[in-house]
Amino acid sequence: MTSKPAAIEARNLTKSYGEKPVLGGVDISVPEGTIFSLLGPNGAGKTTTVNILTTLIPASGGDAFVHGNHVAGDADAVRRSIGVTGQFAAVDGLLTGRENLHLMGRLHHLGKRETKRRTEDLLERFDLVDAAKRTPATYSGGMKRRLDIAMCLMGDPKVIFLDEPTTGLDPSGRRVVWSIVRELVKSGTTIFLTTQYLEEADELADKIAVLNGGTIVAEGTPEELKRLVPGGHVKLRLHRPDQVERAVQSLAAVVSDTDPLGVQVASDGSIHSLRRILDAIDREGIEVDELTVHTPDLDDVFLTLTGHTTNIETAAAAA
Amino acid sequence: MSTLAYSLSDTSTMLRRQFKHMLRYPSLTVMLVGMPVVFLLLFVYVFGGTIGDGLGGPTGGREAYLTYLTPGMMLMAIVAAVQGTAISVAMDMTEGIIDRFRTMSIARVSVLTGHVIASVVQSFLCIAVTLGVAIAIGFRPDADPLGWLGLAGVLVLISFGLTWLTVGLGMAAKTVEEASNTPMPLMLLPFFGSAFVPTESMPTVIQYFADYQPFTPFIEVVRALLFGNAVGGTDLILTIAWSLAFALLGYVVSKKKFNKR
Repeated sequence: MTSKPAAIEARNLTKSYGEKPVLGGVDISVPEGTIFSLLGPNGAGKTTTVNILTTLIPASGGDAFVHGNHVAGDADAVRRSIGVTGQFAAVDGLLTGRENLHLMGRLHHLGKRETKRRTEDLLERFDLVDAAKRTPATYSGGMKRRLDIAMCLMGDPKVIFLDEPTTGLDPSGRRVVWSIVRELVKSGTTIFLTTQYLEEADELADKIAVLNGGTIVAEGTPEELKRLVPGGHVKLRLHRPDQVERAVQSLAAVVSDTDPLGVQVASDGSIHSLRRILDAIDREGIEVDELTVHTPDLDDVFLTLTGHTTNIETAAAAA
Repeated sequence: MSTLAYSLSDTSTMLRRQFKHMLRYPSLTVMLVGMPVVFLLLFVYVFGGTIGDGLGGPTGGREAYLTYLTPGMMLMAIVAAVQGTAISVAMDMTEGIIDRFRTMSIARVSVLTGHVIASVVQSFLCIAVTLGVAIAIGFRPDADPLGWLGLAGVLVLISFGLTWLTVGLGMAAKTVEEASNTPMPLMLLPFFGSAFVPTESMPTVIQYFADYQPFTPFIEVVRALLFGNAVGGTDLILTIAWSLAFALLGYVVSKKKFNKR
């Protein structure tokens, strides 16, 4: 199954600061032209991994290759093939949007005409034409992030690293970044994305690795990860309290903890299993107000694998 | 393009970035230029009458003191400018864009050399304004074209050394506030040197310090060149040695800090 060479390859990557281990042997392999998402809570080691792969910091042990070049041995070759958008907007706050892009063009030694052409093209693509003459201080979070990503595209990178690209963005800003990412991968670019949002990884990634406490605790496609966790069920909300007992017996259901009218029936969510449940409901003459199918989502995966809830839930609980 | 051509191109790109910063944030430049000018006016008009008499020259008074003070104030102008260097370097390092530069295939040192060259230019701006004000209030230098050329060379060398030193201080500082404090001692050195009064008038211990610390030779070389006098050999050697030592120290420290992150 290794038809395409891996665009990013990490073998037993470790990093520790003094006695404190941050990464404890991470293996990653990302095929060219795919989106890989490193998912994990704050402090899991996501940014550290990105920093090593983008030559910002050296690893304590292990090897990593980006676009076929060793990150420590041939850092300059790696730098030529990557574009990086870090967690904090890496734009020059005193230069205008256009000047920021020109700066990148000159540093990529593109030549005047090409720099200009790409700048105008990117401003257009990222909906920044009106903002081009202003400095990023006047931009919204979403605009700043778009400029940031545009800057990392000036050098036409083969591999793009996006470290939590949607953290702090509102839902519409997040959707814009998602569509940008999908566009990029269409043209054959490889994307390495870190996120603490399960929805984002589910939405974008071909492959997800769940990082927790510096080690990868699970890896696979979003579907594969969801299958790791049992617990799919159909939730029924009955119309009449006196039918709860009958439903429990005929459907092998359990009464919900929170709703006296609710029962849960184990189900993998397939048509076959749903038909069986519906047939039984008809046969028994049970009146149902509401039916919901619950397949395990990445939240369940996350909880099962890492023992903590996701940040979204934590934030919601705290609010 | 060769590696050298690339690094020159990167340096000029970074230099352009610095100039744009100066234009966008002119208050820092104005403040830096203001400092030596205020010192010049303060010392000439407030203290100058008295100190000038004490110099024991043929005329004495304010006029004599202006003549004595100006070379020192030109050095003060450099010191003021490089205070700003440490601040702008430290500010730059807190910006995310530096990390972007680090992940790009560019001559890494160009980020720093951009700062250094911009800062040397800023120093010259400060020197020019200070000298201009001095001339406007009656200072009369007496150098031939060759002397001016030598003066420019010496001032480039000194500001190059002090700039690298403060780039190093800016890089070593953990916060912008720290970077605005660490170069402060540089401001005091001209006072403990020949900027305001001749070192012979100082107590022996201080005089010993004053004669060998960097600023006295800096000032004396500038003074000699401004008036077309012979430059003292020891002063010239000390000036070159101190400048190069500062530059080397600052370069080594900042390069290490920049790569270490």
